[in-house]
Parts: sequence; structure tokens; C-alpha cells
Amino acid sequence: MNRAAIDLWVGLFVALGLAALLFLGLKVGNLSSTDVGETYALQARFDNIGGLKVRAPVKSAGVVVGRVGEIRFDAESYMALVSLNVDKRYQFPRDTFATINTSGLLGEQYVGFEVGGDPDMLKAGDTLKKTQSAVVLEKLISQFMFDKASGDEGK
Amino acid sequence: MNTAQKLLRQLGHQVTERLWRLGFASRFLLMTVLYSGTALRRFHLTIREIYFTGVLSLIIILVSGMFVGMVLGLQGYDTLQRYGSSEALGVLVALSLVRELGPVVAALLFASRAGSAITAEIGLMKATEQLSAMEMMAVSPIARVVAPRFWAGVISMPILAALFSAMGVLGGYLVGVQLIGVDEGAFWSQMQAAVDFREDIMNGVIKSFVFGVLVSWIAVFEGYDADPTAEGVSRATTRTVVTSSLAILAADFVLTAFMFRGI
Amino acid sequence: MPSLIATSVSADPLVQISDLNFAYDSRSILSGINITIPRGKVVAIMGPSGCGKTTTLRLIGGQLRPTSGEVRVAGQVVHECDDDGLYLMRRRMGMLFQFGALFTDMSVFDNVAFQMREHTNLPEELIHDLVLMKLHAVGLRGAHKLMPAELSGGMARRVALARAIALDPMLIMYDEPFAGLDPISLSIIGELIRTLNDALGASSIVVTHDVHESLKIVDYIYFVSEGKIVAEGTAEEIKESQAPYVHQFVWGEADGPVPFQYPARPYGEEMMEQPSKPRRWWS
Repeated sequence: MNRAAIDLWVGLFVALGLAALLFLGLKVGNLSSTDVGETYALQARFDNIGGLKVRAPVKSAGVVVGRVGEIRFDAESYMALVSLNVDKRYQFPRDTFATINTSGLLGEQYVGFEVGGDPDMLKAGDTLKKTQSAVVLEKLISQFMFDKASGDEGK
Repeated sequence: MNTAQKLLRQLGHQVTERLWRLGFASRFLLMTVLYSGTALRRFHLTIREIYFTGVLSLIIILVSGMFVGMVLGLQGYDTLQRYGSSEALGVLVALSLVRELGPVVAALLFASRAGSAITAEIGLMKATEQLSAMEMMAVSPIARVVAPRFWAGVISMPILAALFSAMGVLGGYLVGVQLIGVDEGAFWSQMQAAVDFREDIMNGVIKSFVFGVLVSWIAVFEGYDADPTAEGVSRATTRTVVTSSLAILAADFVLTAFMFRGI
Repeated sequence: MPSLIATSVSADPLVQISDLNFAYDSRSILSGINITIPRGKVVAIMGPSGCGKTTTLRLIGGQLRPTSGEVRVAGQVVHECDDDGLYLMRRRMGMLFQFGALFTDMSVFDNVAFQMREHTNLPEELIHDLVLMKLHAVGLRGAHKLMPAELSGGMARRVALARAIALDPMLIMYDEPFAGLDPISLSIIGELIRTLNDALGASSIVVTHDVHESLKIVDYIYFVSEGKIVAEGTAEEIKESQAPYVHQFVWGEADGPVPFQYPARPYGEEMMEQPSKPRRWWS
């Protein structure tokens, strides 16, 4: 086999490899989705983040607008400090309400933005004032049982 | 000498022998990297070896990838449909492939297909004094024979692993969507939502790169270290397959522990 | 000492081996070797299999380091050279290995062109002409497209010879050039060794145990047995030598001063010992 033929085959081989990687990136993975754009950081404090993970989506009206960047424990307020990387294309009012939601009954958790009516917009580094913690299923159930029990007593 | 003493002595002998080999193999890897100038400057030498290690492994990689994906499709569907989440089939197939099976199985196949061939070739070149002849012609066999084969393996491995994963996803798609009838939209969209490019795919590529270095290193070393006889070469070839398989699986555990610890 | 060698050694021999000792681990291979290779001569080192002839060649080529003593090639001590110096020296040596050691993944042409491509920046057209010239010298110009696997043993040996002389070396070493050849190939190789040596103005060392072929072509002969030089002289002197060892070797007698058993320690002691690993040739 001469050198030209070998070069041709190796070229084809490398091209195939790149195509496979491209296929994995675009079709199998989510390279084409939002998180490649530039972002700005917002902070939010939660009493309880439940099972929220780093890189979980930030959604507004069900559309992914950013990702969770970092989760820390704030030793002064005893709360969870979550930094959110939000897509530069989207601006949110200052009184936006951050909640931790669950997709489906047992699905993964994400941060949801409920947009308020403030004319001023949030800037990079700002902290969201109003937050709602994750719904912990066990608490919900025990509360339901308690209510039910006390309700029965009241009758 | 009693049996216990004999055993202890044998054990010590084995341990020092292994350590000696590891040290020599490390020095050999360093030499290979240091002498890589020729392989990179005259890149056609490496391209030629990519043909023999990479291109000629294509068929086995593509076919195995397809079958592994198809099996994942069948098995995954069987399990997932019990929980009513058969749309997650795409996620299961894709994540298993890009994180684990793609790099690992491709590397195992690569070790037995290309690694053994490299060892046998270098071992035979040594047995027939070709390496000696090269040295006497003032050409370093490490630069001229070993380094191109090493780099060809390192370059080929990630490409083969990516192809394996891609073929596997296609195989899973064929079985899951075309044969069983999982919803096509759910198959792809759930997959895309769950598979992250950096966390999953790039980590898979890093894994396969590490495996490529390991397999190529072991293959060229065993060939170079082979006893220059027919028996020595055959033993070296076996050792290449066994050692690289173990090395791949052990390294996979270590890498996985590092990469996916936080998730 | 014979007179012929005394005159031709005169000024500056190409290879001078003095008081050379070499041992693998503790097994002594060569002891107290003194060999002189004058310029322009063909010298044979003869002896039975395993007597250290090939080791001598490896020591000259710098692939092994002597335990003591030294090998000088063109005035330079081989084992004192660093890697670069050694490689520089080897460019001016050619070596024909026992079974040719042709690169099996290259054609005959590429084999001969190998060193030219590695060490020179000659344009490909010139390399083409040079290679065909070298192949013509060994009578195999027509075979330049063949692969080594397609050659007979004798042809492979001739191609290897063409490869060894590719860069017009000053010293050509032959490791058992006659082993396993048919009578015709044998005399072709013998003839080539002599004519190429004279045509190139080189010096040659032929390591062999083929007495009759080498006596026809060499100028001077050293006999090695058990790592020592036991006899030396010109072809005529060797033929007429009455030394019992030389006589036995030249006339191929089974019985004589060469013992059947390789020297060994007592049988029982040997059986108890752990086999030790041979030292690697690259270390």
C-alpha cells in the first residue's frame, strides 16, 4: 500500500472520528442548547435547597435561562447560598421570586424564576430578595397527616 | 530450606521483579516521549501506524459498538418499562456508552486487536535483529519504531471510542425506536436533556485518551522487552492483552471516582 | 608474530582492540582479546559457535560495554563515546547481520535507501540512483521492488550487504555471512566481501566458522576459543598450522583439544541454583 492511499484512509478515519464526536455533542448531548452563551451571576439564599445540584437548570416559564453555578453554606445566616449563572440575553425584574421546584413527582430539582413587576432589572452580583425553599416530600406528607389528624379531632 | 522460606523467597523475587519491570517500563515511556521528535516531525511515519492500529481496527469497533448498543436497547427497555419510563431508554443507552462502555470496551478491543499486533511486530523485529540493525545504522529504534506506534495508538484510541459510542447510540436507537417502538422524540430529547457535553462526553474522551496511553505504552514496552525468541514473543503478546485489560479496568475505576464524584 | 601483519599494521590501524575483557554478569565471555584490523584489509575472526565472536562485533559497534580494556575505532575509544558520538561513529560502519535482518515492512529499495533517508538530505532522485547502484553492485538491481519475504536466503543476504554499504562505510562487519547458504550463494557472498572491501577502500571484519570459504578471501585470521585468542596468522599460515586446535578446526575433526562439554560447575551445584536473568543488551 503506498503512502497516498494510507494518507487517504487515515484522513477518512480521523474525519469519521470527528463526525462521531460531533454526533455525540449535538445529537446525543446538549452542546447546541443554551449553556454555551455568556452569563451573569446572581445570588440567592434558601432555607433548604433539598436535592438541588450544581449545574441544575434555572428556568423561567419552563424555559431554561441559566444554570446553578455554586452551592455554599452561609455560616452567618445558616442558609444555603446559591449562585445562579443566567444567560446574558435575559433580564429579570428586581422583585423576581426564586423557587426550588421538582420536575415531576420524583424528577430532578431546578430553580424557577417567578417574574415580578419591578421596573428595575437585576444586575450581575445582585441577590434575589424573595426565595422559596425546596419542598421536602417527607415534610409535606407528615404535615398532611398532622392536618388530617387535627382536622378529624376538630369534628 | 523449608517451604515457608522458599515461598517467602519466591514472593520477594516476584515483587522485586515486578518493581524492576515497572521502573524499566517508566524509564522506557520517558525515553519514548523524549525521542518523539522524529515521529512528530516526520509525521507520515505516525500516519502509517495510525493506518495499521486505527483504520484496521475500525470494523471490529463499529460492529461491536452497534451490537453493544442494541443489547443495551433490549435490556434497558426490559428494565425501564417495568417502571413505566421506557422513554428514558435514550438516556440509559447514551449515558452508559459515553461514560463507560464506549471508552472501556473500545479500549479492551483495541488492546486485543492493535495492542497485541504492535507487541508481536516489535518483538519479531527484535527477534530478527532488525532493532539491532537499526541501532548499528545509527538510527534509534525507540525514535523510529517505538514512538510512531505509541503516538498512533494514543491518537487512534479516542477516535475509536467516539465511534464506538456513536455506533452504540445508533444501535440503541434502532432497537429501541425502530424495533420496539419507543417514541422517537422522547428518546432523543430526554437523551439530550440528560447528557452533558462537558461532564459526560468530554470525560469519556479523556478516559479513552488515558486508556490509549496505557494500552500503547504496554504494547510497545512488552514488544521491546520480549525475549527475542518465538516463545518470548508469544508470551509478550499474551502479557500485553492481560496487562492492558487489567490496567484499563483499574484506571477506569480511578478516573470514574475522580470525574463523577460530585454528581 | 608473522611478518605480513607487522608491516601492514605500521601506522594507524582502523580498529585496535586491546586487553578486552567482557562478562555477562559473572559469566566471562571474552578475556584478554587483542585484535588489530589494519586499513584496507579483510580480517576473519573464527571459532566455534558461542565462543564470543558476535560479542566482539557488538563491542566494536558499541552495543555492549567492555568489562575492561578498550576498543579503538579510527583512534577513538568506543565505550567512552556518548550517544551522539557513538551514532556518528556508527554512520561510518556497516554491519551485515547473521540472517540479514532486513526490515520486513519495507521493500528492498526502501531497505537500502533507509540510511540515506535517515541521515542525509539527498533529493529522492539521487537516492533512487544511489540505491540502484548499490543493488547493482550485489547483482540485485532487478529485485528492488520485491519485499524481503519474497527473497531467497542468499538474495536477502545480498540485499543486506547492499544496505550495509549504503553510506560507503569505512568498516564493514559481517556476522556469520555464510551461515545457511547454498554453495553458489556462498561463493557469491565471499566474492562480494572481497571486491566490495577493495572497491570501497574499506576494512572488513568477518566473523564466521566457515573455514574454507573465508580462507579464500581474507588477509588475516584470528582464532577464538572460549573467549581467548588461540591462534592467528595469514591464510597460508593457518592452513599449514600444526597447532592442534587450528588443525582440528580447519580439518573439521570431531575429536581434539576442543572439548565436547562447555565448562561448567559441578552438576549438582548447578541444579540447586535460581536461574538469573541475563543482563539486557540495551542497559
